[in-house]
Amino acid sequence: MQGSEETTEGKRGDNRIRSPIIRARDLVKNYGNVRAVDTISFEVMPGEVFGFLGPNGAGKTTTMRMIQCVSPPTAGFLSVFGLDVKDHPAGIKRWLGVVPQETNLDPDFSCRENLLVYARYFDIPAREAQKRADELLAFMQLTEKADVPIDGLSGGMKRRLILARALINNPRLLILDEPTIGLDPQARHMMWEKLKALQAMGNTIILTTHYLEEAERLCDRLVIMDAGRVLVEGRPADLVRRYTGDEIVESENSPQVLACLQEMGCRYEVHGDMVQAFSDQPRVLARRILETCNPGRVFVRRGTLEDVFLTLTGRELRE
Amino acid sequence: MRRFFPMPTRLAWKVWQRNRDVFFKTYLVNFLPPFVEPVLYLLALGYGLGLFVGEIDGVPYVSFIAPALLAISMMNSSFFECTYSSFVRMYYQKAYDAMVATPLSIEDVIAGELLWGATRSLIYTTAMLVVLIAFGVVALPSSLLVIPFSFLAGLLFSGIAMCFTAISPSIDTLNYPAFLFITPMFLFSGTFFPLSVLPGPIQVFAMAVLPLAQVVTVSRSFTLASVSLPLFLYSIAWIAVVCTVLFFVSIYLMRRRLVV
Ligand SMILES: Nc1ncnc2c1ncn2[C@@H]1O[C@H](COP(=O)(O)OP(=O)(O)OP(=O)(O)O)[C@@H](O)[C@H]1O
Ligand SMILES: [Mg+2]
Repeated sequence: MQGSEETTEGKRGDNRIRSPIIRARDLVKNYGNVRAVDTISFEVMPGEVFGFLGPNGAGKTTTMRMIQCVSPPTAGFLSVFGLDVKDHPAGIKRWLGVVPQETNLDPDFSCRENLLVYARYFDIPAREAQKRADELLAFMQLTEKADVPIDGLSGGMKRRLILARALINNPRLLILDEPTIGLDPQARHMMWEKLKALQAMGNTIILTTHYLEEAERLCDRLVIMDAGRVLVEGRPADLVRRYTGDEIVESENSPQVLACLQEMGCRYEVHGDMVQAFSDQPRVLARRILETCNPGRVFVRRGTLEDVFLTLTGRELRE
Repeated sequence: MRRFFPMPTRLAWKVWQRNRDVFFKTYLVNFLPPFVEPVLYLLALGYGLGLFVGEIDGVPYVSFIAPALLAISMMNSSFFECTYSSFVRMYYQKAYDAMVATPLSIEDVIAGELLWGATRSLIYTTAMLVVLIAFGVVALPSSLLVIPFSFLAGLLFSGIAMCFTAISPSIDTLNYPAFLFITPMFLFSGTFFPLSVLPGPIQVFAMAVLPLAQVVTVSRSFTLASVSLPLFLYSIAWIAVVCTVLFFVSIYLMRRRLVV
């Protein structure tokens, strides 16, 4: 949702110098003795959708909040739009649209009023704000709820309204911290559609999510974090190929199958009553298991980001 | 410079506007108390109790307590706004988080809250003054000076309140300043009886540290149209200095709490 002036200006700027929108170098954040973000580096280019994945407590929200200029980095360098977050918070925040992890709509106001009050924080003139509020309510399919107080919205509607609110100032960078948290499949698909549309309009977006399918669909590039560190960075498809091969062989977990796999000397992982085996030639491997190891069943499926994620971050529950 | 010294900008008024809009959405609920409360106090204390008291320092009892009612309204309307209401916005509604995701800084947000607390004091005190004028218990036109003064006094109590809010771990611990600070002050600041009847050391204590004692002194000078100049100037200066200091201290404490 770029306004006409900003779009042309923004686009021209992007073409002239394709410098990163966000540049983070050896970024560190401590909360007292807790190191929440531990020396991470990344760059986000204009027009890119960039994802932050990781288990609970990995440091995703902390990273978002540093980019938002609301949490000062402990060490390292962080710039947004080429401006240092330490020196230009107001100048940066002017061009950000933020969807926080925790819903923080204003319960004293209706949907439309929430947008108007927020527009005022950005110094958007009242007339322009009303026009944009109505456009955004329509874009998010909330027009019918325009005058409903926040308490009268479902969880999904609240998330949509927060995205509408994040767009009120024609942001150049959207920061979405778990935008689809708690949404049902229908609402999530609608949110994806809107985010795709925003991406197609040339918006730069960074997002965090625990839905790996969502990350696979939306992100051009992503990092997987754990315990404050970046474990890996890349395009979703490249990561899947690198860590799982294109396909994974899954078979029932029986002593016979395990013995068999050991004998063949191929890499495998045991997960409960199931074994995953990795190979350059998955179909050949599957046939051999079927023919020689007497498995209950065996099948070959495409590797997913979820496989990469679990391989890298392990299967233990996080605090 | 701004990184070390809390310096709000004009954007603070955006927060003030937000609070004003909410206030006027529910103005019926908000406007009833300042009109009803003084009537109750005037009837019960001024005319009821006043029958037995007669005069204090040569003025009828009802005229003696009228400025105290104004001062108490300045205190309550701003103090409770910047304690319980601000705490709810900060902690439960995450309103400050939402605001600092815009060009507003945390300094702007807190300054806006303080200015709104002061404005509430002005609104409530003005409403109450109308009632007191109708009862003919305050002098005119000098009493009209209470109106601008109520903003200053409101800013003072907002600053005090915001310091407590900034260090309060939960909304329940705000009961401590409410009961241990506000309630005693309500009684021992020359409100319903003159300070001069108290033991000497307590008089000194009250005039040295109790904000409400200063506010009562100034209000009474206006509504009785009689002023003891040294005391009046002392109280005004006291309020101005403490108000300025607490304005920045409360912003500093809030920033320390919220910017992590
Ligand atoms: N305000 C805070 N004070 C102290 N520690 C904090 C604070 N916020 C986060 N932490 C700690 O920092 C670490 C990273 O937290 P963060 O919220 O960034 O994780 P996350 O990746 O967003 O997790 P989730 O997926 O659960 O949202 C955690 O160990 C958390 O306990
Ligand atoms: Mg998080």
